[in-house]
Amino acid sequence: MELSYFAIIIGAIFVNNVVLAQFLGICPFLGVSSKVETSLGMGAAVTFVMALTAVVAWSLQTYILAPFGIEYMQTIVFILVIAALVQMVEIILKKVSPSLYQALGIFLPLITTNCAVLGVAILMIQKEFTLLQSVTYSVATALGFGLALVLFAGLRERLDFEDVPEAMQGAPIALITAGILAMAFMGFSGLV
Amino acid sequence: MRRKEVRMSKLQLILKGIIKDNPTFVLILGMCPTLGTTTSAMNGLGMGVATMAVLIMSNFVISIIKNLIPDKVRIPAFIVVIASFVTIIELLMKAYVPALYATLGVFIPLIVVNCIILGRAEAFASKNGPFDSILDGVGIGLGFTLSLTTIGAVREVLGSGALFGYSLGVADFMPLIFVLAPGAFFVLGYLMVLFNKYLKK
Repeated sequence: MELSYFAIIIGAIFVNNVVLAQFLGICPFLGVSSKVETSLGMGAAVTFVMALTAVVAWSLQTYILAPFGIEYMQTIVFILVIAALVQMVEIILKKVSPSLYQALGIFLPLITTNCAVLGVAILMIQKEFTLLQSVTYSVATALGFGLALVLFAGLRERLDFEDVPEAMQGAPIALITAGILAMAFMGFSGLV
Repeated sequence: MRRKEVRMSKLQLILKGIIKDNPTFVLILGMCPTLGTTTSAMNGLGMGVATMAVLIMSNFVISIIKNLIPDKVRIPAFIVVIASFVTIIELLMKAYVPALYATLGVFIPLIVVNCIILGRAEAFASKNGPFDSILDGVGIGLGFTLSLTTIGAVREVLGSGALFGYSLGVADFMPLIFVLAPGAFFVLGYLMVLFNKYLKK
């Protein structure tokens, strides 16, 4: 696959935004994004986990799964790798930045079930990227995730002051807002 | 008399997943496949059934082995059980319904991280017997399948003027946006509004 790094980055952040175009990582997108600050923290945590996952998952796929012809074990192996990495990030964060750890709360262990992380690991193998391309792709995707999260948090902070009809409160209005944001991101299509 | 009461509650166990504990509209779980795979009614149905199959089997196995697993490692253990069944479903779908497998793409392996399945394992199967766990899986699975099929049907009719692949002859007048990404958010959002207003009491 001949793709320049620039194309990978722009494609992953804007054109095929992980949340708004590929529908991965919707749960944290709807859950954490009520404040800009928490969104930034979540974005950072996901970026870190994704970059690490890319390296480990790519190495496992190339040096263990593929040579032994056991690619069908991919799903099980990858999810275990991600679970272990998340656990590690959690322990480190608890030590280094307790305030951020408190703010992210329940959503940190939930990165394990953040489909964006597993999704990206599977997609980069599907696209047959090299190691460096995989890492670039993962980090760019995570940045796209963070961007969508922060933009959406900004919108929702405003939404708190609006008079929303009762039946639309909570998730429905959030989804419709996300739809409008997705329409805006459609403007990027064809860019790469 | 007592037997009848028990049987009623078994039926309720299945029915509660469809309206009262509907995973999509009430619990708001499993949003990624809900939005990502519902471009048509058939895709929604396929995804729903695949998820339901994994849910029933993992609920069953977890309810059997729940006493063997130490409490501290139960989540990783659950995930391995779920991942095994997802791999089985993945291989089966690749072999028997390759077209559907190709359309659903990355969302099939991603059933592993569907919060509904881990959620039911943790909240129900790890506390109840095998039979009840199967029924719970059937109920929640049916609720999920119904929601996905409904969303898929609405998007297919509005976006491409067809239903289950049969053209309604109005394709030229329909806004394509509904089968694209923003349409997924809009349709789910407004269906949730209707659900809140008329069904959730």
